[in-house]
Amino acid sequence: MPAPRTLFEKIWNDHVVWVEPDGPAVLYIDLHLIHEMTSPQAFAGLRRRNRPVRRPDRTVATVDHVIPTRDPNRISDPAVQEVLAAIRRNCAEFGIRLHEVGSEHQGIVHVIGPELGLTQPGMTIVCGDSHTSTHGAFGALAFGVGTSEVEHVLATQCLLQRRPKTFEVRVEGRLRPGVTAKDLILTLIARIGIGGATGHVFEYRGSTLRALSMEERMTICNMSIEAGARAGLVAPDDTTFAWLEGRPFAPRTFEAFRDLTTDEGATFDRSVSIDAGALEPMVTWGTNPSMGIPISGAIPADASEPALRYMDFRAGEPVLGHPIDVVFIGSCTNSRISDLRAAASALKGRKVKARVLVVPGSQQVKRQAEREGLDHIFREAGCEWREPGCSMCIAMNGDELREGQYCVSTSNRNFEGRQGKGGRTILASPLTAAASAVEGRVADPRKYL
Amino acid sequence: MDPITSFRGKAVALNQPNIDTDQITPANYTKVTDKTGLGKILFAHWRYKNPAFEPNPDFPLNRPGAEGATILVAGDNFGCGSSREHAPWALVGYGFRAVVSTSFADIFRSNALKNGLVPIAVDPATHREALEAAEQHLELEVDFPAQTITLPSGRSASFPVDSFAKRCLVQGVDELGYLLAHEPDIAAYESARKK
Ligand code: SF4
Repeated sequence: MPAPRTLFEKIWNDHVVWVEPDGPAVLYIDLHLIHEMTSPQAFAGLRRRNRPVRRPDRTVATVDHVIPTRDPNRISDPAVQEVLAAIRRNCAEFGIRLHEVGSEHQGIVHVIGPELGLTQPGMTIVCGDSHTSTHGAFGALAFGVGTSEVEHVLATQCLLQRRPKTFEVRVEGRLRPGVTAKDLILTLIARIGIGGATGHVFEYRGSTLRALSMEERMTICNMSIEAGARAGLVAPDDTTFAWLEGRPFAPRTFEAFRDLTTDEGATFDRSVSIDAGALEPMVTWGTNPSMGIPISGAIPADASEPALRYMDFRAGEPVLGHPIDVVFIGSCTNSRISDLRAAASALKGRKVKARVLVVPGSQQVKRQAEREGLDHIFREAGCEWREPGCSMCIAMNGDELREGQYCVSTSNRNFEGRQGKGGRTILASPLTAAASAVEGRVADPRKYL
Repeated sequence: MDPITSFRGKAVALNQPNIDTDQITPANYTKVTDKTGLGKILFAHWRYKNPAFEPNPDFPLNRPGAEGATILVAGDNFGCGSSREHAPWALVGYGFRAVVSTSFADIFRSNALKNGLVPIAVDPATHREALEAAEQHLELEVDFPAQTITLPSGRSASFPVDSFAKRCLVQGVDELGYLLAHEPDIAAYESARKK
């Protein structure tokens, strides 16, 4: 009998091309996703060495970070023009498929990979982007890498990697109404801390996970990195296969993926359990994603001073009811069709009391939302309905907060200045964001169910 | 990249935990196609009062005596957040050769080593002493091959370095070169998987 193995070990072992004693593994990468922000220097390196891209057929590019979302073709910033010109030139020269502005499948890299069926169980997937962890929702080992490593993968389709440790996150029970996957992951990060899983790969397990949709699983895996984890995994099941079925690049049969689960008796280096039934909607009060509290709670007494100063909050106060200026509904965490449906359900027939940007994650999401009439609901409520891109998640495209503004955001990072210098970010679920938009203050979404 | 041996340099302190890559290199300044010349945007939101790059006199790097520092001493979990390699590019561009902390985020640590920037994770007592020295802009000494850092008091402490990364940095071995040398293995792996 072979020793029981975790899902992580199965995928890892399957992709080790070579390893010498005390050395890192040469790990084969099945899918390499690239975008405009972290790739130009990697292609420059290839040119310097006069190397081709080893597997252009396993490399897929999109533009998302810097793309204006009002009119993607109207770009006045010369720096943006330069990085866009670079990815166009690089993809053309090295024979890489690029999902361009205006094309059918352009969108945020972590939204389009799954949508196209490129993301598949058992794969190794990398991208020069820390939220590559999103793809782990399909039972793929997916993690972010730096630009030097982007170059390594372009040249060799491999990476030098030390094997990370494993970390089981067991979630049991049923989420109560108004409590979402976003609230679950914000709870985990608040519990173990922003560096709590450094050096580890999460595997999310338990009855709660099995009951979640693929989009909810993606939201959870997406934010694994916010606890310091390299990646997050969910074992594939019928929900996974049903979601993938019929997508452009999806496999035709799924039988081969059935044993991609953690064996009975396999052990993890660390483990934590969460009772899903006890959770509440979460909001952050500080300047990193671990600074979160249940919406009915108060900012902790020992809250970080610099974070309080930046946010202009005080320890012991609630965040609930605090006036806000902007609401951002978007990002690779929460810009999929189910996120937009959730937001629309709270906004329908109401008017917003803040500036609200709704930015779909991809052209496909946008079109689907328009087919369902969600864009009308948003527009009638007073929201701005935009073109796909990262937008105010990272504020590189002109969508940004002004100094001192408060924003309830469905994105993944509330770091200082992340949404614009001096901007103050409160992370929350799409439901909480929409409820807050209606009230012009941080609001409890459970009133809007 | 030149091999790394030992060096001595002035330290400067940035005593905050969880300094993320959005603070090290704010995204808005990373719309670049080159890796050089990013020293100017290092800690841009903290270091300058405005987009015209007017220095903020309160920021530790702008204080008298901090000029020419080559070792940054920062709080726990340095470099968390995004995978952007712009962070070490900017630190190196500014002139830093090492960052001392109690721990580093995974991707930052890997990115730093690839650019010859040494992430030095030390125990809390050594960290406290290094911070004090850095507040006074004193010099620290790093012996990279021996993996030790020496404080002004003469006390030394060791720090971990991945053995492979160390071999690359000390001997000037190129990681991509190592991978390319395994091309036959990669090809064999690919053809075995096709079956
Ligand atoms: S939406 Fe935000 S987190 Fe996601 S890839 Fe874009 S910038 Fe990164």
